Amino acid sequence: MRIWPIFKKELRLYFTSPVAWVVFTIFLLIGGYFFYSIFAFFTLASMQSAMNPAMGRDLNVTDSVMRPLFSNISVILLLLLPLVTMRLFAEERRSGTIELLLTYPVRDGAVLAGKYLSALALYAIMIGLTVLYPGIVMYFARLEWGPVLTGYLGLLLMGATFIAVGVFASSLTENQIVASITTFGVLLIFWILGWSADYAGGTTGKVLQFLSILEHNESFAKGVLDTKDILYYLNFTVLALFLTLRSLEARRWKG
Amino acid sequence: MIEVEHLTKNYGLVTAIRDVSFSVAAGQIVGFLGPNGAGKSTAMRILACFMPASSGTARVAGHDVFRESMEVRRRIGYLPESVPLYTDMRVAPYLDFVAEVKGVPRAERRRKVADVMDRCLVTEVQNRLIGKLSKGYRQRVGLAQAIVSDPEVLILDEPTIGLDPKQITEIRSLIKALAGQHTVILSTHILPEVSILCDAVIIINKGAIVAQGPIEALVEQFFPTARVEVEIVGPPPAVRDRIRAIPGVLSVQDQAGTNGDGRYVVEAARGRDVRAEIFQLAAQQRWDLLELKRVGMTLEEVFIRIVAGEEAAAGEAGENPRS
Ligand SMILES: Nc1ncnc2c1ncn2[C@@H]1O[C@H](COP(=O)(O)OP(=O)(O)OP(=O)(O)O)[C@@H](O)[C@H]1O
Ligand SMILES: [Mg+2]
Repeated sequence: MRIWPIFKKELRLYFTSPVAWVVFTIFLLIGGYFFYSIFAFFTLASMQSAMNPAMGRDLNVTDSVMRPLFSNISVILLLLLPLVTMRLFAEERRSGTIELLLTYPVRDGAVLAGKYLSALALYAIMIGLTVLYPGIVMYFARLEWGPVLTGYLGLLLMGATFIAVGVFASSLTENQIVASITTFGVLLIFWILGWSADYAGGTTGKVLQFLSILEHNESFAKGVLDTKDILYYLNFTVLALFLTLRSLEARRWKG
Repeated sequence: MIEVEHLTKNYGLVTAIRDVSFSVAAGQIVGFLGPNGAGKSTAMRILACFMPASSGTARVAGHDVFRESMEVRRRIGYLPESVPLYTDMRVAPYLDFVAEVKGVPRAERRRKVADVMDRCLVTEVQNRLIGKLSKGYRQRVGLAQAIVSDPEVLILDEPTIGLDPKQITEIRSLIKALAGQHTVILSTHILPEVSILCDAVIIINKGAIVAQGPIEALVEQFFPTARVEVEIVGPPPAVRDRIRAIPGVLSVQDQAGTNGDGRYVVEAARGRDVRAEIFQLAAQQRWDLLELKRVGMTLEEVFIRIVAGEEAAAGEAGENPRS
């Protein structure tokens, strides 16, 4: 499997084009703003609780800063990751380079793996940069590392799913805008499914809750590793990648 | 080296090629000719393993393009018609990427890339962005990526399109130099190019092969006459009659584009050389013989005759005729 050259080429392309830099900048700006406001709010709350000990009992940095931060970051991901993945196949199709790429001695699976992993690597770097925030928190307060680590694992798994959906959408069209809007739409649908779960109730509610992308991410930030959640993201990812392979194959037949 | 049998490809309701069969021997350069939309690119895309055929088989170096696609892909270099390249990469890193994807070992890669840039005359632009290159240079980079892994078979879809005359000559000599160790199948609309480069041609029209074989054989098949051009100053009716009276002469006509000013085309039976007789005739009649030369049939004429013949036949039959 010649995944490596394709991975290398795609990752380099992210950095030689402005994509990586723009995405990093916006991500860190918005992430930084969220962090600042959450942290400032927490500081205020803990100052008040110092005067009112009854309130302070359930104040905890990990829960009050890192958890909201993770959930805010996942919103940014919903908006940014479709822009990272939209290029991967759509651009090859638009420019016709896919005709060469798919006649080189590499399997479609290796092409897909190379491209997928390059976006995943970019994403890993991106959330790696946010380690700065718990770093700052640690400077001021005692942080429990367990929930932070599982929180990051949750982000990584969720991002892996977003990217897989994005790659699939990119393989369906030659228009990058269409690819990114499709990705965003699909992810948003799975995102908001959880909202109605509460009042739908019964089996429907259970199913909706199970399908919700957001719901499965909650426990990670609490420091809980549930195989059910991990499997949900892995299955979602594998399914999207499998569909991408089928779409590549179907495109070949169409010519 | 290449064997194609009963290949058919439908794009939805459009049949791009229909029951196409041909074969190319190892080391040969074969020209693929046909008017626009004939199905040349379609056939080449199938050979290059970009897309599967609707029916029929194609083998390259004994491997089926569909079932043993990887084996085939390892042995081919392909240059698509549109020359699709990564416009935001630089030439040398791009060729290095292609070499790596094609499995050229790391140790040989640098040398091979340098060598192919040399052969395709792109060394001086190796650090430029491909998107900023002129059409001709992009064409050469496209050719370079096709041959970088030194494949046995080259599939080149209109390799000299968009090049200036000097570049065309250079690319042609490059392709010519590939013959022998490589089998080349190339499509083009420049017919003299085919006469220069190719050992054999395949002519395809409306998705079906209408003629194939060595160029001389095709000329013989479609022009079973020997042709002589003469320019004689003399009374035209008499000149025509007298020449026609020479044994073996089939017809005497004014040359195309002339207006009875003494230039004629004489068609004689194949193998008959009527030049001596025409000279004698002119001397005897005291006509001034200004020019007398035998002309070979060009591939161009063969092509036009075949394709036009097809069209006429199709017009009569109301559909596509024979293969
Ligand atoms: N992707 C496609 N989808 C639908 N029809 C197609 C597609 N590609 C080619 N065709 C049709 O198939 C036929 C053959 O096209 P092809 O490109 O093989 O011709 P060609 O001989 O290469 O022509 P040209 O000399 O213009 O390059 C044409 O009628 C064309 O319209
Ligand atoms: Mg073509």
